[in-house]
Amino acid sequence: MSATVLPARTAQSLPANPSYALAVKALCKRDLIRFWRERTRVLGFLGTPLIFWLVVGSGFGNLGFYFPGSLTLNVMFSAIFSMISLIEDRREGFLLSMMVSPAPRSSMVMGKVLGSSILAWLQTAALLLFLPLTGFSVTPLRLVELLLVLFAIAFTFTSIGFYFAWRTETTQGFHAIMNLVLFPLWMVSGALFPISGAHGWMQWLMRANPMMYALSAVKKLLQPDLNDGSPSLGISIAVTVACGLLVWAASTASASKTASRSEA
Amino acid sequence: MIVATTNLTHRYGDRLALDSLNLNVERGQIYGLLGPNGGGKSTLFRILTTMMRPTSGSASIAGFDVGDQPQEVRRRIGVVFQTQSLDKKITVGENLNAQGNLFGFSGAELKRRIDDVMSRVNITDRRDEIVGNLSGGLKRRVEIAKALIHDPEVVLMDEPSTGLDPGARRELSQYFEDLRSRGATILITTHILEEADRCDRLLVLHKGKAVAEGTPSELKKRFGGDVVVIEPADVNGLTAKIEEKFKVKAQLSDRRIRVEIANGHRFITEVIEAFPGAIDSISLHKPSLEDVFLRETGESFE
Repeated sequence: MSATVLPARTAQSLPANPSYALAVKALCKRDLIRFWRERTRVLGFLGTPLIFWLVVGSGFGNLGFYFPGSLTLNVMFSAIFSMISLIEDRREGFLLSMMVSPAPRSSMVMGKVLGSSILAWLQTAALLLFLPLTGFSVTPLRLVELLLVLFAIAFTFTSIGFYFAWRTETTQGFHAIMNLVLFPLWMVSGALFPISGAHGWMQWLMRANPMMYALSAVKKLLQPDLNDGSPSLGISIAVTVACGLLVWAASTASASKTASRSEA
Repeated sequence: MIVATTNLTHRYGDRLALDSLNLNVERGQIYGLLGPNGGGKSTLFRILTTMMRPTSGSASIAGFDVGDQPQEVRRRIGVVFQTQSLDKKITVGENLNAQGNLFGFSGAELKRRIDDVMSRVNITDRRDEIVGNLSGGLKRRVEIAKALIHDPEVVLMDEPSTGLDPGARRELSQYFEDLRSRGATILITTHILEEADRCDRLLVLHKGKAVAEGTPSELKKRFGGDVVVIEPADVNGLTAKIEEKFKVKAQLSDRRIRVEIANGHRFITEVIEAFPGAIDSISLHKPSLEDVFLRETGESFE
């Protein structure tokens, strides 16, 4: 044994004391900064739903008809696909340093989900600027409700995105899974045809589809007297939020249980 | 012991990656895990950094079990991965800020820590640069700054010298000394012999087993003085003949015969005279860590 005297560790070098809120803030802020630095992403995310809505709406000769569908489609798809950042984080190694930090895994899930939700929500909120063109008349209170519902949808679908992205190795794989799952779900969400006119078995399929409830909530807020067989506003919001919390809890559980997939 | 493992064993399916490893690292040391790729270093690194639980046995850092108390361990370790772990799209300052937040620091305290680590690795003037635009050497410095933000008791680095130019390697040794002067312990994995030579102590790993442990000079001193390497004209038979005539242990590896012997220069003359025409070339050197590895495993290092 050598007799070297080691310097005493001072008070400032006491071990770090992780905080849930700080970790969530850090991850959220990071995703927002990254998004803002990439102007092409901003343009792409705003442009795609805008073009979609203009083309489909003009095709029907009614810009209002497809507006709720465009809003919902936009918030759901950008929510899910923003989770590609989780796969990029893993590929670039950033995820590794999150995994060996003392920040609770639950804060890591929340940080990623919240950051992506905010992004998807902001992009969709921007589409609301075109609301005056659609012929819908909306009170300020309704507008606030609409924004809240859109945020709930964003949270639900980012959580779904997290759940799948955690298990997926490549962005290509993620695209493949999401296209396989998302487009069929979207087709039977009531965006293409109303639930009231569908066959009996199709109606059941639509009722089991979380996207149907998200779309229904948005439709009911914009057209309170719409009667197309979709569930009431209360049920639509309740199912959307419940579904979101469920998937979020499942995501947190799987992130806490294992290391990320590439470490398994 | 600041880092200790007891009978640490890990299997990937049938493959034994770590075999009953006992490691003891004292506080304030620069400790090297030396071995070729596939020797078990990476497995050990992943277990010690709480990324993976071992199949059996235990490992502890600063008295906390890495499998059972990973949070306590993570608060006290700084990890530099071989692959990059920075967010390339944001600035140096933003990266360090996020890392500090993950460890629970904010406000003036975090600012002080960021200023401190940036000056320690000389990147103070790079705070507002996007990480992706920095050179490889600068990125490595940011990685180190990031790992030090919480003033860890133990710094673990996976192959820190790999891919660095000689200048950057010298810088790295300075950071090691700086860390040690602050009472930190440094544990590195390496397959670079020069880097291993600069460690205080080494554990040589081969096929998941510890084959030797000690300071670099201790390890080399276990030899009988010099290493003589003989390239025979015909590989067959000469090894045994040398052993018989000189009563030494000769090792045949990679078409070369190696003999450890005191006064090697005298042995060279004698062996050439004893077997005229049987030797193509012969050389002598002081034992290196490569010799240590060859002797302990019977295999050449790379």
